[in-house]
Amino acid sequence: MIKAKVTVMPKASVLDPQGEAVRKAIHGLGMECVSSARIGKSIELEIQGTDLSKTRQQLEEISYNLLSNPVIEDYKIELGLVED
Amino acid sequence: MKFVVIQFPGSNCDQDCYRVVGQVLRQDVRYAWHKDTHIEPDEAIIIPGGFSYGDYLRTGSIARFSPIMESVIEAAKSGQPVIGICNGFQILCEAGLLPGALVRNRDLHFICENRLLRVETDQTRFTMTYDQGAEVRLPIAHGDGCYTADSKILADLEENSQIVFRYIDHYGKASQKGNPNGSMNNIAGICNLEGNVLGMMPHPERASEKLLGNIDGRGIFESLIRSVC
Repeated sequence: MIKAKVTVMPKASVLDPQGEAVRKAIHGLGMECVSSARIGKSIELEIQGTDLSKTRQQLEEISYNLLSNPVIEDYKIELGLVED
Repeated sequence: MKFVVIQFPGSNCDQDCYRVVGQVLRQDVRYAWHKDTHIEPDEAIIIPGGFSYGDYLRTGSIARFSPIMESVIEAAKSGQPVIGICNGFQILCEAGLLPGALVRNRDLHFICENRLLRVETDQTRFTMTYDQGAEVRLPIAHGDGCYTADSKILADLEENSQIVFRYIDHYGKASQKGNPNGSMNNIAGICNLEGNVLGMMPHPERASEKLLGNIDGRGIFESLIRSVC
């Protein structure tokens, strides 16, 4: 079986008010050295099969079309084989 | 004129749109469920507001892949009029029928209030019954209404007069104070280059009946009806 993790993050050029609110809250807790906080999503997938390169190719398409909006977000795909 | 109102699981302004075009403006109207695929070639399409598919993943992202959207995309590309209101605007952006994207409001709050807008162009089939520069008051009700696009898209929108509505303040200025959600260039509504697809965050269907105290939004539907006469 393949396990994959797709991480979707707002592009650096896109305002992330949620991350900004969290950064301020961290400052409120006394950790003022935090200069940036950005919030994205992590999507974990379990996939039948063992063909890593084909799976990566399919995930590229899915990530581009559905899991992220390329206008405002970037994504990163990590995947590997695991014992069933 | 014939209208079709698309219904997704989670749409909640579908009946308002249906009522305005059907009962207030006396036009032919029907619903199309998200699993339908048929759209008549002479129908104007309304994608109503709401929270299609619970806004899961991103607003509009899952609705964009529902069966009816393939027909909507095809109809839009062949020149049929399409209006996306609120969640409908978000879906049109996700579907690539309009440029840019709608992200979380600047101050993270869900905003539900009347806002002033300026009609930036009367040269569209959605605004021809308004005066250029007219100021209208329409309700907004959204958490993800901050219009975002790169500088190239914004420049194109400005240059091609695709910005149809802009948020303004009480002095008529498109200022930050007049901007409820942080939208770039105070954008409240845009159309595509061909002028047959309109997306807007404010709700004209909630401001189309005297009984409800505001008819500033009715002109959008009336313009569309007039455009085919």
